[in-house]
Amino acid sequence: MRWFTQLRMRIQMLFERGKAGALLDDELQFHLEQQIAENLAAGMSLEEARFAALRAFGNPALLREQARAAWSWNWLESLWRDLRYGVRTLARTPGFTCIAILVMALGIGANVAMFTVVRGVLLKPLPFNDPNRLLMLYEHKDEGELAYNVVAGGVYAEWKNQNRSFSNLALLQDSQVGLSGSGGQLPENLSSAECSWDLFTTLGVRPAQGRDFIASDDSRSANGTVVLSWSLWKRRFGGDPGILNSTISLDAKPYTVIGIMPSWFAFPETETQLWTPVYHDKPENIMAMIDNHMFRVVGRLKPGVTAAQGVADLSVITRQIHDAHLDNPFIFAEASSRPLLEHMVGEIKRPLYVLLGATGCMLLIACLNVANLLVARAAARRKELAIRTALGGGRFQLLGERLMESLLLSGAGGALGLLLALAALEWLVRMRQDMSRVESIHMDGAVAAFTVAVIMLCALSSGLISALSASDKRILSTLHEASRSLSAGSARATLRKVLLSLEVGLTVVLLIGAGLLLKSYQRLRSADMGCITQNVLTMRIGLPGARYKTPGPGPANFFDGLLERVRALPGLEAAGFVEAVPGQGFWEDSGFTIVEHPPLPRGTGLFALNRWADSKYFAAMGIPILRGRSFDPSLRLDQAHEIVISESFVKQFFPGEEPLGKHLHTNDKDYAIVGIVGDTRYAIGEPPLPMKYFSLSSGEQNNGTLVIRSNHDVEQLALPVQRIVAGLDHDLAVSNVLTMDRLLGRSTLDASFNTTILTAFALVSLLLAAVGLFGVLSYMVAQRRNEIGIRIALGAQREQVLRLVLIDGLRPALFGLGFGLAASAGAARLIRSMLYGTQPLDPAVFAAVAAALLLVAGAACIIPAWRASRLDPMQALRTE
Amino acid sequence: MGKPNDLVQGTLDLLILKTLSLGAMHGWAIAKRIQQVSGEVLQVQQGSLYPALHRLEQQGWIKAKWAESETGRQAKFYALTAAGRTQLEKETTHWNRLSAAIDLIVTEA
Repeated sequence: MRWFTQLRMRIQMLFERGKAGALLDDELQFHLEQQIAENLAAGMSLEEARFAALRAFGNPALLREQARAAWSWNWLESLWRDLRYGVRTLARTPGFTCIAILVMALGIGANVAMFTVVRGVLLKPLPFNDPNRLLMLYEHKDEGELAYNVVAGGVYAEWKNQNRSFSNLALLQDSQVGLSGSGGQLPENLSSAECSWDLFTTLGVRPAQGRDFIASDDSRSANGTVVLSWSLWKRRFGGDPGILNSTISLDAKPYTVIGIMPSWFAFPETETQLWTPVYHDKPENIMAMIDNHMFRVVGRLKPGVTAAQGVADLSVITRQIHDAHLDNPFIFAEASSRPLLEHMVGEIKRPLYVLLGATGCMLLIACLNVANLLVARAAARRKELAIRTALGGGRFQLLGERLMESLLLSGAGGALGLLLALAALEWLVRMRQDMSRVESIHMDGAVAAFTVAVIMLCALSSGLISALSASDKRILSTLHEASRSLSAGSARATLRKVLLSLEVGLTVVLLIGAGLLLKSYQRLRSADMGCITQNVLTMRIGLPGARYKTPGPGPANFFDGLLERVRALPGLEAAGFVEAVPGQGFWEDSGFTIVEHPPLPRGTGLFALNRWADSKYFAAMGIPILRGRSFDPSLRLDQAHEIVISESFVKQFFPGEEPLGKHLHTNDKDYAIVGIVGDTRYAIGEPPLPMKYFSLSSGEQNNGTLVIRSNHDVEQLALPVQRIVAGLDHDLAVSNVLTMDRLLGRSTLDASFNTTILTAFALVSLLLAAVGLFGVLSYMVAQRRNEIGIRIALGAQREQVLRLVLIDGLRPALFGLGFGLAASAGAARLIRSMLYGTQPLDPAVFAAVAAALLLVAGAACIIPAWRASRLDPMQALRTE
Repeated sequence: MGKPNDLVQGTLDLLILKTLSLGAMHGWAIAKRIQQVSGEVLQVQQGSLYPALHRLEQQGWIKAKWAESETGRQAKFYALTAAGRTQLEKETTHWNRLSAAIDLIVTEA
């Protein structure tokens, strides 16, 4: 029963502390009265008896405290008291409190947001069954660009048949399909994936509704089947379960909807909307080719097999294929792999970690700033603290109060920061729908724990720095000094200067990082694409293969008719059609030989990018025809044997030779070179590659980009062009209607995003550092009023005083700058891979940052310094 | 104000429990009694007595009741609980062993 008594006592003590306190007082009073009575009995006078009793009794307040300490809730009581004191002291200086909370909120908010992103995208395991055994598999040739190359269908088939390491191997390819309009809805182009039937089985995912593909769906002879994404089902079909087993039309061919994937499922891309069986969609001969690299392969390792063993197994198979076709230079000899997660997020990993590092720096700066402010307050409250220590305030009690104060600041900052983080995340998820795994960014338990940890860390670091700086044992000297101080204790000022230097140093690192990214981004955006980018509108058009057979007259006729009508639009300057415009991506390449050259050694080959274009495309995009001419549009279908090559093609394959009139052999045909055009970049930020253009009139190409150019407001033409397309074929949809500017902007979204965020962080840090400098210097000037007053009274010149204070303030800035520049030199190497056309040690950026920092530091210091120099000595000496 | 360095650490609890085994009494009486019985050797300071009493009460070894004292004033009377009696036996045994051991060492030389 003892535990029950104890519990009862505790509860009583928790809720009836007031009453218990009164009773304790009464009990002690009784003791005192007894003592007095005894003293009286011993013959003392009443007064004597009282004094003697009190003397024997000791310090009643301390006694009371000690007795109360036996009540089990003492820690709570002292916590509550610290909390009240903390709130009261903070409320007394609302300006300081607001600034400190805001600073903390910025630091903590940015960190929580960034951590949430990193956790969601990089750290959380993929939501697939046993994701550690999933590998992305590639064909491999040399290190570098071909180290992780896509796989040929025939090679995949051999892998699948012969390997002993994988329980599943699935094939997939990104694609675009046109979904025909039905029930009053417009046709649209959708991102899709063509996959082998066992893709979902390999990943270990089941459709949320309906069934998975089965092996018999995945052949040329099977009926078309399709699995929809949750979002497409909801958006396009209103979430109607009746859509299962009904037929929809994709690229003008019928497909039966067999299943709907769960809402969280996004693979291989975030925007993939539907999945179709690849062996049904693609002709058998393409699937059997061993030199046409076009598929991604994802494999699940058997239990107990390592990734290295699995890849070695596939490499043996690949080598056998290679050795059996030594004359074909386009067959690879090895396989390689990456973990699936790495494949999905590999590209954004470094930028995300860099940004997380930047937020870490910012948090550190925020903490240092708050610590600095707290140190200033501690210095101002030195007298109060010394008196309290003299009156018996325990050191731990005082320390507890300080920590409570900083905990309050960090706690409030953290709460506000959490709100900021929520807003930032919402913005980011909306902005970056293109980022892989963006759907898995959520606040969860780990983020909550991280937030609490960050708050604690901030409270401890900023609280301890200030508390330790104030835990001065020399009470007496402090009291002396305070009574008539001529200069402030120097130890504390040193600490604050060190903190400031650190702060400035971190700011410099952030500024230089941001500066480098900014410069790189500018380089990127001003990279010459080799074509006109102003007032050019692009849109993708894909003709369904079922209706427009390639090669054949269908596509050629369609594009002729389309271009003829588009060119007749009023306000249009030029129009053209090409497989892919500059900046739209690599698209495809192929091997070729030069007919007039001697045969190449066995097993080697020449590559160049392919583009199908209409004859007026070059003029429409402003790509200069350097020599020769464009295609002759009257040569159609089999007659279209002309080819146009780019400048770098000439440099690489016809050095010191006349290419015009020579012939290239590719696609089992001979093409005559009729023209040389300027270089274009297939992707912004990539150097131009050799490119060969085929005539669109050959009818071999049924999809690509329509470009139109106008001298003003080209976007107005989007609707009329779409009407023309719909007029030609009402099942056709155009997609990605983008001006050239926006198209390029999209492909630099990553760079622009990283740059914007890092720049924002750097500017906030610069502001914090400036505020820190200003605050510290103002405070030091206030502390040294007397000293400065005496100096002036003794004849110091105002300029001397100005210089004295200015140097005092600028010294930590200079130290910080030096330290920051050195640290940046190291840190900049880490972001080398994120830079384009910019060296990590770019002297211009370093110089600009140093100048900017000195300017800001100077501005922050000049006001306190000027104020000090204006000091009226009489007034300064009279105070105190 | 000094510390009760004239009392062996931890023995105050035993003294209080033992004193209370004679019957309920208030703090003043407990202090007086310890002083008298020890022949004025042990002086219990208030600074130790009251925290100790409150601690023992929290532990459930003694219970308190407000009652009228010999002078007619309300005072807080402490009395041993059943658990306190067991604890007293335990502590007494412990003390006997300890003091015998110390005695052995001290007299050995």
